[in-house]
Amino acid sequence: MEFVNIFVKSAFLENMVLIYFLGMCSFLAVSKSVKTAVGLGAAVIFVLAITAPINWCVREFLLKEGALAPILGDAYAEVSLEFLGLIIYIAVIATMVQLVEMIIEKYSPALYMSLGIFLPLITVNCSILGGTLFMITKEYGFSESIVYGMGSGFGFFLAIVGIAAIREKLKYSDVPAPLRGLGMAFILTGLMGLGFMGLMGIKL
Amino acid sequence: MSDTKKLLVDPLSTNNPITVQVLGVCSALAVTSTIANSLVMGVAVIFVTALANLTISLLRNLIPGRIRMIVQLVVIAFLVTLVSIFLKAFLYDLSKELSVFVGLIITNCIVMGRLEAFAMGNKPIPALLDGVGNGMGYAIILIIVGAIRELFGAGQLMGFQVIPEAVYNFGYENNGLMVLPISSIFLIGIIIWIQRSRDKELVDIS
Repeated sequence: MEFVNIFVKSAFLENMVLIYFLGMCSFLAVSKSVKTAVGLGAAVIFVLAITAPINWCVREFLLKEGALAPILGDAYAEVSLEFLGLIIYIAVIATMVQLVEMIIEKYSPALYMSLGIFLPLITVNCSILGGTLFMITKEYGFSESIVYGMGSGFGFFLAIVGIAAIREKLKYSDVPAPLRGLGMAFILTGLMGLGFMGLMGIKL
Repeated sequence: MSDTKKLLVDPLSTNNPITVQVLGVCSALAVTSTIANSLVMGVAVIFVTALANLTISLLRNLIPGRIRMIVQLVVIAFLVTLVSIFLKAFLYDLSKELSVFVGLIITNCIVMGRLEAFAMGNKPIPALLDGVGNGMGYAIILIIVGAIRELFGAGQLMGFQVIPEAVYNFGYENNGLMVLPISSIFLIGIIIWIQRSRDKELVDIS
């Protein structure tokens, strides 16, 4: 039950895109058609679900205060490498994305073709690093971090597919010229965000 | 001379990283609730874009093409770590308020985007100026949004009450929407609208 709670919370109540505005760059750039949006969304779920638990392990067993003591002896009981966090997390994310790309290419060329271009872009998608950083501030455990990663990935998926669908329909409407494209995308995101904020306060 | 000026001034208006290039929208929208927050975030980003552009431009002939992303990320992450430690030491309250968003400058697309688009192919001095220019273009939007949100959301500017008590007594109320991060999205949408109606060349044709 607790896992369901974390999942729902991260996907709806604390939606990466619509509540925290992370991953906006790709959210705005790749939301012109539903098909590509589904591809990017799937890739984000995948990468978040992998990087969140890995970065949890990195922090727990290497960076945290005293984490080095079991490996290097008691002299290191008070050493904290927390300040190296950002560099290491982003390196882990970059490597994992590269790895995921190679694995998918080997075992599922069809999926690789459909995700292809988006995978490398995901390294610099703020929602991935954001997922790791939020997971740390929330002090989740290992299995919770997997659920959290999947949940926030799913939230990104929902948001990007939703806005892509709206933008596809919007092509047929008469928007004032200066507002067309980017301006409208921003206002739509705002409206969707307001909708999601309506869910705030729900507890399972 | 006009070239250097162009590098600095263009990103402020006609080539603004947020409203025209659509880079770096990600990390900062949630932190524009007051001018002070916007200023700190803006200065942090100017620092990172300028120095990252300079460093990568100096290294541009040494970096192998295949691993350039990782090299760039390490340079950016190093600079952001400096900023983050500095904020924790000297502006602790602000750094608490900005929480994870300082760390997220790493994945701020402006930094990466300028490195890829400019620093990899230009000499160090123009690259430095380009970084400063783009950082300022980003900061200026942040400060505009921050000012509007602080004025209408709390009736203050830079923490000073500017809307007098008498106005409240007449029944004026602070706008609750402006306190929410979501308002910055609408505000940027409107800024884009205004900018594009003044400058027809920027209008999307598609």
